[in-house]
Amino acid sequence: MSAAPGPVALEQAPATESHAPPVSAPGGPDQGRRAPGFWSSVAALLRKELLVELRTLESVPGMALFAVTTFVVFHFALNRGSVEGDLAAGILSVTVLLASLLGINRLFVADAEQGGFDALRLAPVDGSALFVAKASALLIYLAVLEVVAVPAFALLLLGTSFGAALPGIVVVLLLADLGVAAVGTLVAALAVRTRARDLLGPLLALPLLIPIVLATSSALSPLLATHAPAFGAWVAGRSLRWLITFALYDLLFGLIAYALFDFLLED
Amino acid sequence: MRRNGWLASHSPALELSALTRRFGERVVLRELSLSLPAGGTMVVFGPNGAGKTTLLRVLAGLLRPHGGRVRVLGRELPREGFAIRGMIGWLGHEPLLYRELTARENLRFHARLHGIEETRVEQSLAEVGMTGRAEEPMRELSRGMVQRVATARAVLGRPPLLLLDEPLSNLDPAARELVEPLIGRSSGCTRVIASHDPQAGLAEADVVLGLRGGRAELFGEAAGFEAERVMELYR
Amino acid sequence: MDSSSRPSAGLLEPPGAVAAADPGPGEGRTASPPAAARRRSRVAVALPVASALTLCLTLVLVFFYAPLEAQEGFLQKIFYLHVPLAIVTLCGFVFGGLMAIAHLRTRDPRWDLRSYVAIHMSLIFGVGVLITGSIWAKGSWGHWWVWNEPTLVSFLIVMLLYATYQPLRFAIEDRERQGRYAAVFAITAGAFVPLNFIVVRLAPQYVHPRVLSSSSNLPAAMGLTFVVALIAVTLLYLSLWRYEIHAKETRFRLRALRARLLALEGEGPTRSAILPAAEETLGEPLAAGVPPVALPAQGAPAEGRSGTGRAAEAVIS
Repeated sequence: MSAAPGPVALEQAPATESHAPPVSAPGGPDQGRRAPGFWSSVAALLRKELLVELRTLESVPGMALFAVTTFVVFHFALNRGSVEGDLAAGILSVTVLLASLLGINRLFVADAEQGGFDALRLAPVDGSALFVAKASALLIYLAVLEVVAVPAFALLLLGTSFGAALPGIVVVLLLADLGVAAVGTLVAALAVRTRARDLLGPLLALPLLIPIVLATSSALSPLLATHAPAFGAWVAGRSLRWLITFALYDLLFGLIAYALFDFLLED
Repeated sequence: MRRNGWLASHSPALELSALTRRFGERVVLRELSLSLPAGGTMVVFGPNGAGKTTLLRVLAGLLRPHGGRVRVLGRELPREGFAIRGMIGWLGHEPLLYRELTARENLRFHARLHGIEETRVEQSLAEVGMTGRAEEPMRELSRGMVQRVATARAVLGRPPLLLLDEPLSNLDPAARELVEPLIGRSSGCTRVIASHDPQAGLAEADVVLGLRGGRAELFGEAAGFEAERVMELYR
Repeated sequence: MDSSSRPSAGLLEPPGAVAAADPGPGEGRTASPPAAARRRSRVAVALPVASALTLCLTLVLVFFYAPLEAQEGFLQKIFYLHVPLAIVTLCGFVFGGLMAIAHLRTRDPRWDLRSYVAIHMSLIFGVGVLITGSIWAKGSWGHWWVWNEPTLVSFLIVMLLYATYQPLRFAIEDRERQGRYAAVFAITAGAFVPLNFIVVRLAPQYVHPRVLSSSSNLPAAMGLTFVVALIAVTLLYLSLWRYEIHAKETRFRLRALRARLLALEGEGPTRSAILPAAEETLGEPLAAGVPPVALPAQGAPAEGRSGTGRAAEAVIS
């Protein structure tokens, strides 16, 4: 307790205190360590994320299985043996979207339940580093999902062969995944500390992702048609507008999510 | 004796002036004003809901003050909050450890996040006597062991300020001895401890704060209080 | 922070002294000076009157001045309601996003309230857009919903997104966090609105121009009517927005005061100081019911910006 009552004691504190380094205890050595840089924090967070996922296998196998099962469901629902063009593109896009919602739902659950947000806010790490790490993790999960889902789709439902179209498909899905990762991470963080988090996540994410679905489906449909164009022709054609759409969307929402993320981490 | 006279001579590690914090319309901390010099130990008593945990969270920078001013380690919160990150050893109700990772992995993660060199991890595990069980996932360890690892996590960077919420609750006497040099008086750190044990708490404290309904009903040097007085808070 | 020079026993403010030291809420602490209050009440009256007048003018112009459109005939007149509603709704959403940015930057709960009301109003107007759009679709195409009108389609998507705004808010109990999360949503959704419109228009089926999109090549009479309609709807939106904010603020004020009085009633020694003073200010016994609306700054007597005073103010806002 200071020697003098309330306000007076504060006035005695040296005026330059805010410029001095933080006060350390007489017995406790100040380590003088540097705060980790942005990218090393991202790396540490991403590493932890992937380690936990590898141990629990909570997200990725579920997403992949969901996608494959959904293709089977579509087969029965549409009563068709094979699809192509518009229909194929639509089914693939929607299935991947719904599967990604599963991953989005689980993204922050471990952190919310095991105090991860607190641990991060006590560390000299920017909240945006968590955003980049989580979005990167989600991106990786989506990539793995697609590595399973696209061949499964080709096997189960696709009427055409898509060997030549593969580069185009990869490009489209990659761009779409970037958008889903950015928006999905933001929505996941938003939904995780609310009641009914499993409901709110998809409810918020779906309308936001409609442009992605539209762009993915429209860009994929020529590639999944019977006479798929070569990569160069495909890019130069109507698909250019979709590639630009992806770029716009990914950039805009990536920046917005990056900027706003910190506000979601507070108590 | 440590408690006499030194209190006025050290610059404060904590300064609160009319700190107020609400939860919805309920006032959880009501215009708290106090200061704690560096190296001192303040023990906070109070029934559940009195605001102990909220106070600790505000000091840690996890909650923003709704009114008044807070200075921790010379920095004003929340404006300069980022400057004191990593200077605080937090041991709350949650161990802040990932259940699926091992003790070693958890500590390594913490070290990387704080820029602490990784040699400290092995040292820390040895300090809490967990070297042998460091390769098992946290979910397989008993509560006492989890608490030990959490303690190691809290002091990994040897922070100057410790905020402890009933730190000894899950520990057996042997474990308590182990952690004493880390979070006890001999650590030399400034400490704020929330406690439910009047006897033990008073023995630890230089300064006592008794909260009830968010208000400070007791405050002063520990020498001036009896356990019975502290018990009255809980009635 | 503490401006009083009252000596304290230790370092702590004695709990009851705050209330007992001052006889009650003083005149010097009104929330705003009388001049600003007068200005505000003038606007509060002028705005609804102006919107009512322009709405009447719009109706007159629509039915008696604007010519009949060649292809669609009388049905086309719904365009004068549908499009201004749509424009105002979308601007309202973006407006809500801008105010959400202000909320995040200043942490002032008043911006949160303004943002919430803007989005709330836009949702209601948006339902109007969908209904009028549906009527027009039925008249033009024979179906209550059509997919070949990109404005309508984009609109549906935006409405589906903003329909989650209130569930999101209600799923968070802590008021402060609710405002913050809602602000993040409002900003994201606000950015989404223009992007969504652009993207939907790019879709292959929307390459033909329609009546609804091109207001630039309208004949003068139609153009004038359209502009007047737009102004009318805008004024209506602004009046309703201000009105709802005021209504909510008053309700919060009431609730906070009641809560404070109830809390104070529980503390014996201060009761005799507060209640008579409060009753004097109100001009009636407290038991009589609802206090008058325009109350001065909530009862934080001793310090101008003490914790509890700020607490009440923040809750009110």
